[in-house]
Amino acid sequence: MAAYLIRRVLGALVVLLVLSAAVYVIFYALPGNPAQLVCGPKTCQADQLHRIETELGLDQPIYLQYWHFLVGIFAGRTFSGGPEAIHCAAPCLGYSYQTGEPVTSLLLDRLPVSASLVVGGFVIWVLVGVGLGVVSALRRGRALDRVVTTATLAGNSVPVFLVGLLLLLVFCVYLRALPFPGYQPLTGNPALWAQNLILPWVSLSVVSAAVYTRLTRTSMLETLAEDHIRTFRAYGLSESRVIRRHALRGALTPLITIGTIDLATSLTGATLTESLFGLPGLGQLLVTSVRNIDLPVVVGVTILAGAVIVVANMVADILYSVADRRVALA
Amino acid sequence: MTDQLSPEPSGATTRLPAPRSGDPAAAPIVAVDGLTVTFPGGTRAVDGVSFELAPGASLGIVGESGSGKSATALALLGLHHGTGARLTGRVEVAGTVVDDSDPQRLRRLRGATAAMVFQDPMSALDPYFSVGSQIAEVYRLHTGASRREAWTRAVEVLDHVGIPHAARRASEPPHQFSGGQRQRALIAMALALRPKVLIADEPTTALDVTVQAQILDLLHGLRAETGMALLLVTHDLGVIAGTVDEVLVMQRGRIVERGGVRRVLSAPEHDYTRALLSAVPRVDAPRRRALVDGARGGAGARSEATVDGVRGGGTVDGVRGEGTVDGVDRGEPLVRLVDVRQDFPVGRGLLPGRHRTVAAVDGVSLDVRRGEVLGVVGESGSGKTTLARMMVRLLRPTGGRVEFDGTEIGALPERRLAPYRRDLQMVFQDPISALNPRRSVGESIADPLRTAGVRDDARIRATVREWLGRVGLDPDRYDAYPHEFSGGQRQRIGIARALVRSPRLVVCDEPVSALDVSTQAQIIDLLAQLRTELDLTVVFVAHDLAVVRQVSDRVAVMHGGKLVELADADTVYTDPQHDYTRSLLAAVPVLDPDLAARRRAERVAVAG
Repeated sequence: MAAYLIRRVLGALVVLLVLSAAVYVIFYALPGNPAQLVCGPKTCQADQLHRIETELGLDQPIYLQYWHFLVGIFAGRTFSGGPEAIHCAAPCLGYSYQTGEPVTSLLLDRLPVSASLVVGGFVIWVLVGVGLGVVSALRRGRALDRVVTTATLAGNSVPVFLVGLLLLLVFCVYLRALPFPGYQPLTGNPALWAQNLILPWVSLSVVSAAVYTRLTRTSMLETLAEDHIRTFRAYGLSESRVIRRHALRGALTPLITIGTIDLATSLTGATLTESLFGLPGLGQLLVTSVRNIDLPVVVGVTILAGAVIVVANMVADILYSVADRRVALA
Repeated sequence: MTDQLSPEPSGATTRLPAPRSGDPAAAPIVAVDGLTVTFPGGTRAVDGVSFELAPGASLGIVGESGSGKSATALALLGLHHGTGARLTGRVEVAGTVVDDSDPQRLRRLRGATAAMVFQDPMSALDPYFSVGSQIAEVYRLHTGASRREAWTRAVEVLDHVGIPHAARRASEPPHQFSGGQRQRALIAMALALRPKVLIADEPTTALDVTVQAQILDLLHGLRAETGMALLLVTHDLGVIAGTVDEVLVMQRGRIVERGGVRRVLSAPEHDYTRALLSAVPRVDAPRRRALVDGARGGAGARSEATVDGVRGGGTVDGVRGEGTVDGVDRGEPLVRLVDVRQDFPVGRGLLPGRHRTVAAVDGVSLDVRRGEVLGVVGESGSGKTTLARMMVRLLRPTGGRVEFDGTEIGALPERRLAPYRRDLQMVFQDPISALNPRRSVGESIADPLRTAGVRDDARIRATVREWLGRVGLDPDRYDAYPHEFSGGQRQRIGIARALVRSPRLVVCDEPVSALDVSTQAQIIDLLAQLRTELDLTVVFVAHDLAVVRQVSDRVAVMHGGKLVELADADTVYTDPQHDYTRSLLAAVPVLDPDLAARRRAERVAVAG
């Protein structure tokens, strides 16, 4: 286990290193003047541009620039060259001149918003998806199964923004049951936090719930056809006990991997939902900075997204080996 | 992890007198009257079956796949419920009518009165729970015992069926048990509730022959000890001979013959039983000369039809001739293995390159002579399949040399192997998964030709059609897909694909083990006939000692990755030199009930 963890962490670091190098090269070695891009396309003054060029070390070779970027992540760095020096503390992922903030603090500001949205949505889509999937498998071929299967097809194909807009219309405009969502921190008023997030949660989880329903249904049907299920039926266990004790575990274990990785990708990828409900999350940050060509932020979000997914993969493997003792970590 | 050979403690079970043969006067423990089982889609799996089983008696149901034997067994516990199958007729077990009217009553019957042991011990236990807890769960359900009592009972029965260190092993999950041990654990589950009848559906089919003997001995001993009745469902007449007193022979859902096992096996009345018996390969009979001679006669008649479109001629000068038929041609061997080994890495340390390894094949040297059939037998894990794959270079040996026709090919890189590929072919075990389900069988057979660079579609089609005919299929079925063929037919397609480029060496890995006995015999005949026609050298890998004896000139016995014995077939079977070969032969089920009883007594004496 220890050897496995060390090897996996080392492997993860290598992946992140390659990822950061690729992202760095793609964004800073593009044709054009990176300082111009960093500074902003329209508002930039000539002296500002020159200052940024020196601060970014654009006169240095690309590998040195990347090296400074890497050092900054672990030791922090200071951008100096202009009138005042800008210090960026340790994990420094760069400095956004457009917003005048270090990238790391931009990310940390947005992280709780995205986490609130995604974790809540995740809970809903897992509960609904697994629940419907199990019920549908147990009623295979009957009316309920047909209804659920049709509904998942619909849920699968409906766009997120459509669901979101409909929810907004119904609950905020016609029924006026809920306020127009805006982010309220959990640490302030939990009830308000939840009330504001309920619509985003629902619209984020519709598609995933449909996907999970299908996965669970298939997995459950496969498990129910296995020999050991027949064994326990043949030894007089009631059908409900066979399902609760022997079928569910086998059917749900494969969902661990998918669930963990979906959770990770949504963290930086719930862009549509965030934009629709005006939630200042990471996805929205990414969209805004891409639109403004705020390169340091784009690089920062990309690396964070990569790190989250790499870690999620590791966690998924470990969880799986805990759930299924036949799978050894190697 | 294997229980090959290691004499396992079997407690008191094996030293007791023979089981009672049941009291026909008592009310039957199982009574089946006019049972029919119709599957959704209209297939009538069981068609008017009636029989009775007296308390303490033993009954075997034999038949090939599709005979309805398993469907009959499942009906005894009402296990068709929920599958959509329709049942008519009456099934009564220990006075309880088995139907859908009272699920509660049915569940009480299951396990407690009639317990079932299934075919595949690998999948019959829940992988997520310890073996002990699964037995305890079933025990608690029926007895209402406390957790502690149930666990104690689980350990007790595991010990009873010969699981060493039962107290510790009870808390291990099934995957830490070997196949034989899992089957013992399932029998322990059945035993825990002291049922009146044990229904065993192919309980030893997935097991090695020595393990099979142990399990059958165990069942025999338990019956003697507990007085429970036994209903044994199997395709294997040898298993029947040594284990039950009465037998039903089923064919296509009907009982075609019934009677005492001695009478049915020695003087069968029904044609089907006779055909079944004659198809069973005998480990104690020398090679069927008729088969070889017949094949040779057939070869002359067919030789004109042989069109070798790909290879023109294709003969190996100086090695063709009458002598090759019996594998007596000496000269240079076609294949020479020198100390070949295959080490597989197991587990990984922190640093790369420091793998622990396990030797699947641990230094084997042998020659395959031109024109012979070399049989390779061994149990699972013996390395026989790995050896076979190295011979045709599907696997690259990690050590030693593989010489083909005087050239070392063991270490050649893949691109330099290309010239040898057409000479080295393989026929695989599972005829279902060995064919691409999305390609027509004609295309599958044509693949090797296209790989060889033949571009002329008309010629390819003609060659493939000819081969379909040669393996006994209708050439017009070129465009049919694998699922439209039976298992035996698919194996014929696999053979055609292996032979279409006229290879010189064909390695058959368990080519008939997935097939019914009557189909087995046909495939073996086909291989023998083609071998003579084409002057093939054949390596025949199988776990079934009787099959290997029927086809081989010489036999190699593998055990634990090593070659333990290699000699002429008859010598290996009549005068085995190695202890392992002897124990292997002693474990083979025989068709003579008296001999089976003597063998069992010998085994028990050795084990005890």
